[in-house]
Amino acid sequence: MKDEFIVSGSPHIHKKESISRIMWAVVISLIPAGLAGVIIFGLDALWVTLVAVISAVLTELTLQVWTKKKITIFDGSAVITGILLAFNLPSGVPLWLPVIGAIFSIAIGKQLFGGIGQNIFNPALVGRVFLMASWPKYMTTFVKPFSYDALTSATPLAALKEGKILEHISYFDLFLGKHGGCIGEVCILALLIGAAFLLLRGYITWHIPAAYIITTAVFIYIFGGLKLFSGDWLFHILSGGLILGAFFMATDYVATPLTARGQLIFGVGCGLLTAVIRIWGGYPEGVSYAILMMNGATPFIDRYTKNRIYGSK
Amino acid sequence: MKNLVKEFTKGIIKENPTFVLALGLCPTLAVSVSVANGIGMGLAATFVLLGSSVIISLVRNFIPGKIRIPCFIVIIATFVTITELCLKAYSPVLNRALGIYVPLIVVNCIVLGRAEAFACKNNLLSSVFDGLGMGVGFTLALIMISALREFLGSGQILGYTLIKGFEPVFVFGMPSGALLVIGLLLGLFNILKNRKS
Repeated sequence: MKDEFIVSGSPHIHKKESISRIMWAVVISLIPAGLAGVIIFGLDALWVTLVAVISAVLTELTLQVWTKKKITIFDGSAVITGILLAFNLPSGVPLWLPVIGAIFSIAIGKQLFGGIGQNIFNPALVGRVFLMASWPKYMTTFVKPFSYDALTSATPLAALKEGKILEHISYFDLFLGKHGGCIGEVCILALLIGAAFLLLRGYITWHIPAAYIITTAVFIYIFGGLKLFSGDWLFHILSGGLILGAFFMATDYVATPLTARGQLIFGVGCGLLTAVIRIWGGYPEGVSYAILMMNGATPFIDRYTKNRIYGSK
Repeated sequence: MKNLVKEFTKGIIKENPTFVLALGLCPTLAVSVSVANGIGMGLAATFVLLGSSVIISLVRNFIPGKIRIPCFIVIIATFVTITELCLKAYSPVLNRALGIYVPLIVVNCIVLGRAEAFACKNNLLSSVFDGLGMGVGFTLALIMISALREFLGSGQILGYTLIKGFEPVFVFGMPSGALLVIGLLLGLFNILKNRKS
């Protein structure tokens, strides 16, 4: 989204952008992270993702046929919801979990609010938080990378929360994703490739991700350590769902502010909440709750950050 | 007679206190974790509604308009105290489960709402049927919500396991689950109402 809406005289050039084009571009940008997830956690990760995507699309189709609305399953938005939901699940979950999560995401999080463009909250995160509150046992059992079976391991953030000494995970391992975690959040490298694609094509702007990540880093640097100004900010950026959340979920077009100023406020808010939950909260990770809470605040941010209309006071 | 039946039935569907008037949601959210609690709360509120409707409609011509609300509260509080003492004496388990929400019936907006909107303007008999109808409507709503929540949240109804191997959806045992269930049922009620008209 551009900062200014410039109206000039004709002729105008028509740009071939549409909702479905952007949505499918986001799907493409998520492929590297998905591939990385499959390489790290095995084929289970692929099945979970496929099941989530198919359930999301089928739920959308069923509801739209039932309520006699226009069928919008081909615009890719339900596919994205399915992928993002799966990326927020551990790879070892039973396969009915992504099905229920996807149904909840699409039915409650999206269609009940009126479908695409109307949802207050990011549907994928609504589904994830529902699953997290309902079946915490499955949602916090993470498969050990490259073991491809029942070996489990805690995520770096969970280990940190429990006060365990981390088993010498280097920043480079964190960057490549060689640690326990959700399917799509572990490989920072793959996520950054997808994010760079979206940024270069102009589908997302830097405002929300930059504000989000920098705020989290600064806050954790100040308060995250034993003393003030000694927090391990790089560890916190590279672990957990921060990168996935900042680039792919906090930049959702519908549930985030419209103006650049609003987006900066949104990003800072997300960063503060994430850091506060990580340092003092009961959960090891706070990205999904932070984004959902700021989604809820978006109407207020929009109201106070309206751009000045040209010619008005 | 026909009028009295109408006074009674309107509280169950057309003016259901929970799903249509959206009154008394605070105790509804708090106690609807299990069916037993829901029934207990519903019956307690029905008793208070009935008692206060009787007394208020009897004394409605003696209460000065300016201080009617304090008078209603005193009458309602009397019945709430009776309920609470009875619960403590005969069903301490239920009393502990309902906790602060029994004394809070004093400020339940269904009870005060019926006193203000109906009992202080109508004769004894219609007030009795109005109070009973509202109480039954509230109890039925509580049973619906708490049955859904207890089944989904713990896989049981009234303590009996219904389906073996069902993995409870914990969220329905939490306050957020109550909001979800009430919201969805409210929506369902609105759909049914729109379809009728």
